[in-house]
Amino acid sequence: MTAPLLDVRGLTVRFHSRRSSATAVDDVSFSLAAGEVLCIIGESGSGKSVTMRALMRLLPERRAEISGRIGLDGNDVLSLGDRALNALRGDTVSMVFQEPMTALDPVFTIGDQIAETVRRHRGASRAEAEARALELLKLVRIPSPERRLRAYPHELSGGLRQRAMIALALSCQPKLLLADEPTTALDATVQIQVLVLLKRLQAEIGMGIVFVTHDLGVAAQIADKVAVMYAGRIVEYGPARDVLLDPRHPYTIGMLSSTVRGQPRDRDIEAIPGSPPDLAALPPGCAFAPRCRFAVDACRAALPPVEEVGPGRSARCARLAAARPAAAAAAPA
Amino acid sequence: MWIYALHRLLYAIPIALGVSVICFALVYLAPGDPVQSLIPADATEEDIAAIKRLYGFDKPLVFQYFDWLGRALTGDLGTSLQTNRPVLEDVTRAFANTLAIALIAVTLAFAVAFTLGTLAAYNVGRPIDRIATSISTVGVSVPNYWMGIVLVIVFAVNLRWLPATGMGATGSENFDWLDWDSLKYAVLPVVTMAMIPLGVVTRSTRSAVADILSQDFVQVLRAKGLSNTRILVHAVKNALPQILAVMGLQLGYLIGGSILIETVFTWPGTGLLMSKAILTRDIPLLQGTILFLALTFVLINLIVDLLQTLVDPRMSRA
Ligand SMILES: Nc1ncnc2c1ncn2[C@@H]1O[C@H](COP(=O)(O)OP(=O)(O)OP(=O)(O)O)[C@@H](O)[C@H]1O
Ligand SMILES: [Mg+2]
Repeated sequence: MTAPLLDVRGLTVRFHSRRSSATAVDDVSFSLAAGEVLCIIGESGSGKSVTMRALMRLLPERRAEISGRIGLDGNDVLSLGDRALNALRGDTVSMVFQEPMTALDPVFTIGDQIAETVRRHRGASRAEAEARALELLKLVRIPSPERRLRAYPHELSGGLRQRAMIALALSCQPKLLLADEPTTALDATVQIQVLVLLKRLQAEIGMGIVFVTHDLGVAAQIADKVAVMYAGRIVEYGPARDVLLDPRHPYTIGMLSSTVRGQPRDRDIEAIPGSPPDLAALPPGCAFAPRCRFAVDACRAALPPVEEVGPGRSARCARLAAARPAAAAAAPA
Repeated sequence: MWIYALHRLLYAIPIALGVSVICFALVYLAPGDPVQSLIPADATEEDIAAIKRLYGFDKPLVFQYFDWLGRALTGDLGTSLQTNRPVLEDVTRAFANTLAIALIAVTLAFAVAFTLGTLAAYNVGRPIDRIATSISTVGVSVPNYWMGIVLVIVFAVNLRWLPATGMGATGSENFDWLDWDSLKYAVLPVVTMAMIPLGVVTRSTRSAVADILSQDFVQVLRAKGLSNTRILVHAVKNALPQILAVMGLQLGYLIGGSILIETVFTWPGTGLLMSKAILTRDIPLLQGTILFLALTFVLINLIVDLLQTLVDPRMSRA
């Protein structure tokens, strides 16, 4: 096997403020081969966006302390200088953000914003960059692309803006696309369109995608691998099929069993009783223990280690054996 | 765009009319009889009545207003009671002097303040930010006539580097902005005038740029691999409409509020003209000057509005 496109080892992000510090991402490891799709699933505040931003080193440098190792296409991202890092951003790796309404610069046209990236990385002339921008708008299926090229962001709907954002992210044919809940802010029908678009583009271009979502249905559709995050840690990780059909961690089990088919998908995670912990005051043991019905004293005393639970699968739980039969019983027919 | 411009222009007309009413009324609300200063102490009742008739002070106010407005619209602002010259002539000459130092002051202040404010926004909480903040606080809070006097004491009286007052021996007629012998007279008034806009624009640039740098789209720009300079271009273009508005207002304030500075430096601009008119109760001159200044203010606002819509695509629809 060749070296993976993205290889993250022990990624940890601490935010420091004057009064306290919080660990938003704790010892996260995963890897992704070229052309693979990894879905990061987890409830709000579990550190998904912070993980994504850390991968591109977009977090505020003075407040966020990043440690661990991020290998991306042969580069050690965390030790790159500013120049090398900027050369990578937007070219080898690019990001689609969660909120399309505010992600574009309001006083530049869509065309200019896309062309800017092309010129930055490809050294293209103004005309070439503009032609490329037009091509990209066509690629993401924006209707009347010539006109949209000269439009300002406020003249576009949310769905179109997100398409423009995707066009922007794809402008230099990145090897890795980081998509941070690209569809959450959109209407249901538009969500599906954007999703289908991303999937098609991924197949055509063959790039790797790390896709963040709340939505298990989305994950089931597009993921090759799944990482389930809880309070900054990956609690379960493995091939999508295995994790989604045969979950091992009590959190994943709870999450999946509360997704009854036909129910609105974005309501699923709340069905686990209790609420996620405060990151500034995490318990010493498993962060999920206070909400876990299988929890024993050992869970609360020390953080359980990551355990191999199958080929390419792992989970961070001390009670895997106890949770397993319950999962089998709760699994939907 | 052109429709919007026309819209704004039409909008400015009632404002200008309102301004003219206020200008006219203000003078009549002020205590003191303008004719008193014109007549010798031993004048008879008939003499006073004749003079009042001559200047139209005997008619009802409403008529006086429309008379005055009608003439003002044709460029006739009356004749000065003191000098017997047409008011328009005095006002335009003085206005040129005021406009010159106000424009230079605002341009200088803008250049310095914009740089300082942007640097501060990029370095919030660092020493450069503290320096910028102190400068802007001083600029905003120190009264500028006092600043003027201090500058005169330091640079004119103690150091003898610069002249204290006036526009030089040759006066405003032969003032040559390109010749240091003339120009040196403008240095202290300009510097004094620049203080307030320096403070205000530094402060608003800092907050506008800092606000923009904290917005989501800046993350996207960084994710595109843009350099800091390129990101600055985005930030500045976003902040510009807001800063332009502040600048325009400041220019208006400087032109309209030059009275203190021009009095300190006996700079022969509209401010000095106004203070003379007030002291001598020269009503036509006072009205004419105030009207001229107020209309300039309206015009500046109009221009700023139009400039803003040129820079900010979101505003052209509104
Ligand atoms: N710049 C920052 N400074 C301090 N804390 C931060 C910062 N950014 C994020 N956090 C904290 O990190 C934690 C994880 O946030 P993150 O945005 O990654 O959540 P998420 O999983 O993406 O949630 P959502 O689904 O709502 O987007 C949150 O508790 C948040 O308060
Ligand atoms: Mg998020």
